[in-house]
Amino acid sequence: MNALTPLSPGAVTPVSGCSTTPVVQERGQREVFCGLTGIVWLHRKIQDAFFLVVGSRTCAHLVQSAAGVMIFAEPRFATAILDERDLAGIADIDDELDRVVGRLLERRPEIKLLFLVGSCPSEVIKIDLKRAAQRQSRIHSPRARVLSYSGSGIETTFTQGEDACLASLVPVLPDEPANAPHSLLVVGSLADVVEDQFARLFDELGIAPCTFLPMRRATDFPPVGPNTSYVLAQPFLGDTSRALEERGAKRIAAPFPLGAEGTTLWLRAIADAFGVSPELFEKVTAPGRARAMQALSHSKGMLAGKRMFMFPDSQLEVPLARFLSRELDVEMIEVGTPYLHREHMAPELALLPEGLRIVEGQHVDNQLDRCRAARPDLTLCGLGLANPLEAEGMSTKWSIELIFTPIQGYEQAGDLAELFARPLNRRTRLEV
Amino acid sequence: MQLTVWTYEGPPHIGAMRVATGMTGLHYVLHAPQGDTYADLLFTMIERRSARPPVTYTTFQARDLGGDTAELFKSAAKEAYDRFQPQAMIVGASCTAELIQDDPGGLAAALALPIPVVPLELPAYQKKENWGAAETFYRLVRALSGTKRERPARTRPLCNLLGPTALGFRHRDDVKEITQLLGRLGVDINVVAPMGSSPQDLTRLGDADFNVVLYPEVANTAAQYLEKAHGQPFTKVIPIGVNATRDFIAEVAKMSGVDATALLAEESSRLPWYSRSVDSTYLTGKRVFVFGDASHAIAAARIAQTELGFKVVGLGTYSRKLAREVREAAKLYGVEALIADDYLDVEAKVAELQVELVLGTQMERHIAKRLGVPCAVISAPVHVQDFPARYSPQMGFEGANVIFDTWVHPLMMGLEEHLLAMFRDDVEFHDGAAPSHLGGKAQKSQDKPAEAIAPEPVAAMAPVDAAPAAAGAPIVFQWDDKAEKELKKIPFFVRGKARRNTERFASERGVATITIETLYDAKAHFSR
Repeated sequence: MNALTPLSPGAVTPVSGCSTTPVVQERGQREVFCGLTGIVWLHRKIQDAFFLVVGSRTCAHLVQSAAGVMIFAEPRFATAILDERDLAGIADIDDELDRVVGRLLERRPEIKLLFLVGSCPSEVIKIDLKRAAQRQSRIHSPRARVLSYSGSGIETTFTQGEDACLASLVPVLPDEPANAPHSLLVVGSLADVVEDQFARLFDELGIAPCTFLPMRRATDFPPVGPNTSYVLAQPFLGDTSRALEERGAKRIAAPFPLGAEGTTLWLRAIADAFGVSPELFEKVTAPGRARAMQALSHSKGMLAGKRMFMFPDSQLEVPLARFLSRELDVEMIEVGTPYLHREHMAPELALLPEGLRIVEGQHVDNQLDRCRAARPDLTLCGLGLANPLEAEGMSTKWSIELIFTPIQGYEQAGDLAELFARPLNRRTRLEV
Repeated sequence: MQLTVWTYEGPPHIGAMRVATGMTGLHYVLHAPQGDTYADLLFTMIERRSARPPVTYTTFQARDLGGDTAELFKSAAKEAYDRFQPQAMIVGASCTAELIQDDPGGLAAALALPIPVVPLELPAYQKKENWGAAETFYRLVRALSGTKRERPARTRPLCNLLGPTALGFRHRDDVKEITQLLGRLGVDINVVAPMGSSPQDLTRLGDADFNVVLYPEVANTAAQYLEKAHGQPFTKVIPIGVNATRDFIAEVAKMSGVDATALLAEESSRLPWYSRSVDSTYLTGKRVFVFGDASHAIAAARIAQTELGFKVVGLGTYSRKLAREVREAAKLYGVEALIADDYLDVEAKVAELQVELVLGTQMERHIAKRLGVPCAVISAPVHVQDFPARYSPQMGFEGANVIFDTWVHPLMMGLEEHLLAMFRDDVEFHDGAAPSHLGGKAQKSQDKPAEAIAPEPVAAMAPVDAAPAAAGAPIVFQWDDKAEKELKKIPFFVRGKARRNTERFASERGVATITIETLYDAKAHFSR
């Protein structure tokens, strides 16, 4: 199948595709979530962590509305809602946090790690949450550690909230021992099932030790240091990456593990960094790759030749466009992304069809005009736009599902394709 | 700072959005940081609206804060006007924009747009969603309704229906039901607002003879203004429930001079007969906790107590503005009103009261699920389930039918309850068996405490008491063997309550070991 890059080392990052294509910059209303939304999946991932937003009623309403649409279970998040006394400086922030954090930890004895999460209002009135977190850590040590990061909309877009959260963890990760072996750190939230699949593959490839960030348990901090190579499993981790490099870790550049080809290239970049022989790599990855190809073929009939438009949302857009165009023959009309990390995205851009229209930033009304004019077969967009576009007769895929569904790796390649095929499939079934 | 797990109401600008989204020809320009656009999905996902809310957000970011956010607001407002060509605009700030004090009202005025632009001051750190909706509607009415005019003598009186908004709990169907009811009474509708009206329609509000207030949380402020400025009286009765609907008809008849005798003589709801039919005997005296916005909670308590024969053991609201009305209503049932917007307080109260049915919001549905108590939703805040495809009003006579079904459905059905009692030793009717229509889970949670938000020490025998309210160490009661055996003879679906009541009785009297006598003493004490 021509979608699969041949197994020669040089093929990983050809300098072509969209590497030199100019990216259109757009400014205007951005129809995106703020970084607080990351709490919705992070609190599920780190099972004994709690996220306390220091913000307004809007923040509380946002997190609960986002969560209410997506999950319906007991939350490990809450909001300390600021009131006028806090704004006017009548109430002492330390006293207030002592009270709120105390009450919270008393109610939730299983919580080992608490994040104080900054918001737009807490940033604008300049509450120093870093200092506050240090104070709370001192008070509640060793029972719980308290860290802070900002998920505010003025600083973070949607998935950047995870970046900020993980970046706040990096400084507290333990140092690896002086003569530590070469180790692998996989960075970015993955569903547990995906993590386990990758861990098995790394084991078979002889890559050990291997750890993941975020960790499932708040106390299992992975060690880091100059003998650590890290690889990003998610494309939105610029700050975390920088923080890891400050600790001496080295990044393995790779496309992201979406689709059969993406997963192979990602795994191969890792295998190369650890000196795995091509024979062993082929032996370990061939079965998964074959299953992925087989699973992809189920959706290909529905997707091949279809025209697609992507609104910016999660920063997953560029890797998804690469996957859809190369492995499913989807024709991309426009790929929007809230932010394009040139360096991390270089291996992806090289693989994109030449001359593709990539738009960074957003002016939602102008973009809607372009989308309507293009009449794509499928539109990737956020929940605020999906039903209105469907009502105009356009098929949509809500982008947020791509964050909550296991989509990475060989075993999920077919599921990922199916997510895009399903809206089209559905349209063929309905006769009302 | 207030620790908030779930919030009953959003910030006030969400209230303004509910008004704007319900209307046509109105556009809202909101000075707000990136991320506040999440509010769009409330309307497009929860309510399944097929159009985006008519809201333009400035979505400023940190880099804009160093520059000119005021200019950003002006260009967004100008662009919104050019693109959407609304009849009128409302402008304001969300919580963060309030802090940077850009004065959206003044900035919009400087644009000198050729349409009415109504500035909104919605203090985000003091007020909440319903207040925001009421204030927005009032500001629009004040700006657009004009001056008092001569009203011609009419054969059929004319009224406005005030209060329905986007994202309102059953507003869509209530409006239809009340419109039909008023039509049968001989009253015509002038304007329904905010939902269903345009700014131009609001200029005609003064043509009506009086106003019908469907949702006081949203419409009271505007109705009071219209009373003063246009001499229009407004209705006070909320037509939810059979008797409230009849009272409402009488109130409208008196206000408008129509004759309601014929309409009142018809029996238009099935609720009275369904309540009197023998199958409903089992509803008698069931302990009910009611919580919601003030108008829905007050109405629900009245129906529960006087139309279904339940016993209201708790009544509360998150609407502090209407706390006085709820306190008055609570007196009718001999209970103290719970005025709280803290979900945790409500949770503690429900657990403490050992209720058999919760009538609440989606938040109470969480609570009831955890405590293993049946629940029906009576009020906003809403969920996608609260926008059913079928016609299902809460108001009027059809609303009473809907309410009968909705509240009775979660309970064990009458005959089924009797059968379970008769065949309680049958293997299929074991303690874990749930009512057949509830999919086999409800009863389980009685025996095993679900993952609680407050996993405090839980006495396995009394999960319902293991609420955050429980103070101090839990007391483990001694039951002697005979008492324990006697307890097993009690049908399982009331056994938990019998155990709790007996233990409460024992603890109040300092009885260390529970005997058969204690069990029956307690039964006598608590018998209804």
